[in-house]
Amino acid sequence: MSSESYHEPVELLSEGTKNMHRALVSLREELEAVDWYQQRAEACSDAELSAVLVHNKNEEVEHAAMTLEWIRRNSPIFDQHLKTYLNTTGSILEVEAAATGGGEGGEPAGGPTTATASTSLGIGSLKGKR
Amino acid sequence: MDLLKRSLAPITNEAWEQIDEEARRVLELHLAGRKLVDFSGPHGWTLGCVNTGRLAHLEKGPIPGVSHAIRVVQPIVELRSPIVLPILELDYAARGAEDIDLDAVIETAEKVAHAEDTAIFHGFHDGKIEGIIPASPHAPLEVGAALEWPRVLTAAKEKLRLAGVNGPYALAAGLEAYDALVATGDDGYPLRKRIEETILDQPIVWAPALQGGAVLMSTRGGDYELTVGQDLSVGYASSDRDQVELYITETFTFRVLEDRAAIFIRFTAPPQAA
Repeated sequence: MSSESYHEPVELLSEGTKNMHRALVSLREELEAVDWYQQRAEACSDAELSAVLVHNKNEEVEHAAMTLEWIRRNSPIFDQHLKTYLNTTGSILEVEAAATGGGEGGEPAGGPTTATASTSLGIGSLKGKR
Repeated sequence: MDLLKRSLAPITNEAWEQIDEEARRVLELHLAGRKLVDFSGPHGWTLGCVNTGRLAHLEKGPIPGVSHAIRVVQPIVELRSPIVLPILELDYAARGAEDIDLDAVIETAEKVAHAEDTAIFHGFHDGKIEGIIPASPHAPLEVGAALEWPRVLTAAKEKLRLAGVNGPYALAAGLEAYDALVATGDDGYPLRKRIEETILDQPIVWAPALQGGAVLMSTRGGDYELTVGQDLSVGYASSDRDQVELYITETFTFRVLEDRAAIFIRFTAPPQAA
């Protein structure tokens, strides 16, 4: 089996959910690897090995970014939140406040559908969609 | 409150939800350019232009011995189209109605999608948008009968390849072209499916704003860029006792970065009899 970490009987899961699980597990593994390489590189007493470990860490960052992009393309809610927060400047909490119409708490209150929301319809890129 | 002024509208949250949902549905259905080109944004209302990285050199500046040049930028176009709705009808949403009459929203969303896609495919001179078709240096190919599509598309793909443009390749088809591709069969097999399976790398994109035929283009990225400031939104304009005026708006521009990456295919076949 490609993954032993399903939390529900596999026969109850759709192909989409199984693929998303594969992507999420892969992302977790890549991020763990980044963390491990970073610590090893910092603790390493050999300069050349340290440089190799940093190089490897940077490749894991690329892998994580690629996997995250797949997740974004296949999950509208990831897409929505990443569009809200990535590549912004200034206070991240202010970005959240702007996205949620100033409300507190983590979740947007219906995104752009509430009367006070200042966001758009959230259409963005449709590349690859029919 | 932001520029959309939604909080001032005498509209319930339930009605806003249905308006937004309907606008989003129609826009996503009709927008074809966004399914094919790179997207940058949304950058917000404050974006006024896009840096092209180029300079316009002045022959003679005001101070002798000092050369003067002006940075060339591409301005952002702001679209806005009104929607007038009866307040009484919108209030039904708060009473549980899920089928309030939103024909005006549909009509406006179609118009705005048409405006964006017209700029992308055919250009918008006053907005300094060149458009994919006018920018293409390739002589247009011609399809005179629906069954000629596979042969002409193969030739078009070869032209792009010879110009150094690799795939994946996609076809955006205007109304007449799309109808012909869908309605025609080749030995009983739908022409559209045959083309999608053997020539293209993705399903044909229905592009109702594309006039006169279809465009074969690369979607490899880096050739065409839609830059959006404020992405498509529904805002509030005014209201009286009976009606509320909303609008759909967006700010954007479109740039052709590699003009050779698309070729226009003119469709001249007469419409098929019903």
